[in-house]
Amino acid sequence: MSNFKDIFNQYDWDTVKQEIYSFTATDVQQVLLKDEINLADFQVLISPAAKPFIENLAQRSRALTRKRFGNTIQMYVPMYLSNECQNICTYCGFSLTNKIPRKTLTDEEILKEVAYIKQLGYDHILLVTGEANSTVGVAYLKNAIKLIRDHFSNISIEVQPLNQDEYETLIDEGLYAVLVYQETYNRATYKTHHPKGKKSNFDYRLDTPDRLGKAGIHKIGLGALFGLDDWRVDSFYTALHLKYLQQTYWKTKYSISFPRLRPHEGEVQPKVEMTDADLVQLICAYRLLDEDVELSMSTRESETFRNNVINLGITSMSAESKTNPGGYVVDRQSLEQFEISDERGTNKIKAMIQSQGYEVVWKDWDTSYSKK
Amino acid sequence: MTDTLKIADKTFRSRLFTGTGKFSSSKLMQEAIVASESELVTVALKRVDLHSTCDDILMHLKQDHINLLPNTSGVRTAKEAVFAAQLAREALQTNWIKLEIHPDPKYLLPDPIETLKATEILVKEGFIVMPYINADPVLCKRLEDVGAQCVMPLGAPIGSNKGLITKDFLKIIMEQSKVPVIVDAGIGAPSHAAYAMELGADAVLVNTAIAVSKNPVQMGIAFKMAVQAGRLAYQAKLAEVNQYAEASSPLTSFLNE
Repeated sequence: MSNFKDIFNQYDWDTVKQEIYSFTATDVQQVLLKDEINLADFQVLISPAAKPFIENLAQRSRALTRKRFGNTIQMYVPMYLSNECQNICTYCGFSLTNKIPRKTLTDEEILKEVAYIKQLGYDHILLVTGEANSTVGVAYLKNAIKLIRDHFSNISIEVQPLNQDEYETLIDEGLYAVLVYQETYNRATYKTHHPKGKKSNFDYRLDTPDRLGKAGIHKIGLGALFGLDDWRVDSFYTALHLKYLQQTYWKTKYSISFPRLRPHEGEVQPKVEMTDADLVQLICAYRLLDEDVELSMSTRESETFRNNVINLGITSMSAESKTNPGGYVVDRQSLEQFEISDERGTNKIKAMIQSQGYEVVWKDWDTSYSKK
Repeated sequence: MTDTLKIADKTFRSRLFTGTGKFSSSKLMQEAIVASESELVTVALKRVDLHSTCDDILMHLKQDHINLLPNTSGVRTAKEAVFAAQLAREALQTNWIKLEIHPDPKYLLPDPIETLKATEILVKEGFIVMPYINADPVLCKRLEDVGAQCVMPLGAPIGSNKGLITKDFLKIIMEQSKVPVIVDAGIGAPSHAAYAMELGADAVLVNTAIAVSKNPVQMGIAFKMAVQAGRLAYQAKLAEVNQYAEASSPLTSFLNE
C-alpha cells in the first residue's frame, strides 16, 4: 500500500454506517470478553448497542490509561498566529466570507504573547493559523518556530496542509507535531462544507498524514470535526487511518482530538448531535482500541465534562485558551475562531487536576531532540 | 553479611533501582523511592528542566543516598542519544547514562543497532553506559565487548506489568554475562522481582508497578522486600524442582534385591 487512500477507497460510508447501527447487545458483550480490541471490535464499541455498557467501558479505559500514562496529565496551550484565510469553511469563524478584521502577528507581537504564556507555566505550545499561503506560508511558520523554540520544549502546529519537503524544513527547525483533522471522511459532506479554497481538495488533505509520516515527524494528531456528519462513522474512519499510519510510520506517535462544533461566526449548526455520553463512549472506545494513543481534550468542552474525563482516558489538556490571534495580550478583542466553553484560568485547572490525584506535566520533551 | 552490587566505581547496597515517571505527584514519588531504599533512580531528561535550578522532579531527588541516573527516553537514533547524554553530563554533573533508544513510540522497544552504536561512542567518551535492550543474549555480549558497564534486558514491554515473559533468554544472559544484569521493564509485581532475583539477576528496575499502585509507598517497601528475598534465595541455592514425582516403588529397586 502506498498511501491511506488505497485503504480508504476499499470502504463505503453507507455500508460502514449500516454495520455500526446493526450491532446488538450480544455483539458488545462478546467484544467486552476479549483482551485485545481490534478495529472491528472498535466499530461495535462505538455503536448505539454499546451505550448501556458505558460504565464498563469507562472502568476499562481508566485502568488501561493509568497503566500506560500513569497518574499524569500533559498540559499544552494554543497560540493563534493569524486569522487570515482563503478558504470557505461553513462552520469556521475565520472563513473567507466572514467580514472580520484580519490579523497576522508580527515577530514582536509573537514574543509578547510568548512572554505571557510562559509565565502561566506552559512549555508545550500549539501554533494555529488559517490558510493564507502568501502571508502565512512556510516562510512565516519557519520564522515563528525559530522565534519561539528557545522558549518552549515542545512545538506543534495546526495549520494548512503542507508538502513533504515543507514539513521537513519545519521539522529541521524544531517542529515536533502536526495536528491535521480530516473534518469529515464523507467526501460529499466535506464538499458541502468546504466549497472554496485549497481546503476544498479532499484528497490532498487525506494524504497529509502520509506526507508527514514520510517527512519523519515525531507526532501526528488526527480527528474529525463532530457535527458535520455521523460521528460514529467518522470515528471509524479516523481509527482506520490511525491503524494504517501506526503500521506504516511506526516511528511516529499519534494523538486523537475530539472537537465538537461550537457556536462561532460561521453559518452552520451541528447536523448530527453528539451528546456528552456519546463523547465519553468514544473516548473509552479509542482507549480500548489503543492503550498508547494520546487522547487530547480542548477548552471547547465544559468545566464539568473536562473535570470528569481526565479520569476516563484523556491524557492531555489545554487551558485558558484564546482562539484569536493576539488573544492573550496583543489584541484581546480580535475575533475568535470559536467560543471556548471552559474559561477557567491555568491555576484553577492545575488545582482541579491535582485534586483528582494526577500530576500536571508541563515538560515532556526537549526541542534539542527535534532540531537537526 | 554484606552483599553489595558494584557497577563501575559505585557500590550499591540495594538491588532495587527505580524510576520517576507516572507518579501522581513529585512528593509521592520521593516518599515511595525513599521507602523502597533504592539508591539508583532513573529520570527522563525530557521531563526535567535542565536550565532551571529548581526543577520539581530533581528537587525531590536531592537525597544523600540517591544517585541520579539520567535516561535518554524519547531519542530515536544513536546520534540523538549521544547528544542527550552529553547534555545530561553537563547539566547534572554525572557521567552515568541509561541508554534508551526506542524509535517505536508504541511499545517502546529498544533499537539494538542504534544502542550498540551509541554505547561504543559513549564509552569512549568516558560515560558509564547502562543500555536498555531486548532480552537478546548475543547483543548483551556485543555490548559487553564495547565496554557497557552492565546490561538491562527487558522482562516484557515497558509499562506492561507482564512479568518475565523473556525468562528463557534472561537465563542465558545471566549465565553468559560478565557484567551485571539488571532486569528492566515489565516487572509488574513484587513476585516478578523476586523471581528475577532468584534466577540470578544482579538487580531489577521498577517504575510503573510502584507509581501506578494505589499505595506507592507501601508498594515501594513490598518491592524492597521482594528483591531482598529473591536475592537471599538465589544465594541460598533453591532446591531443584523435580520434573517427576518420586515413585514409591522405584523402577530400579530390583537391582538391590
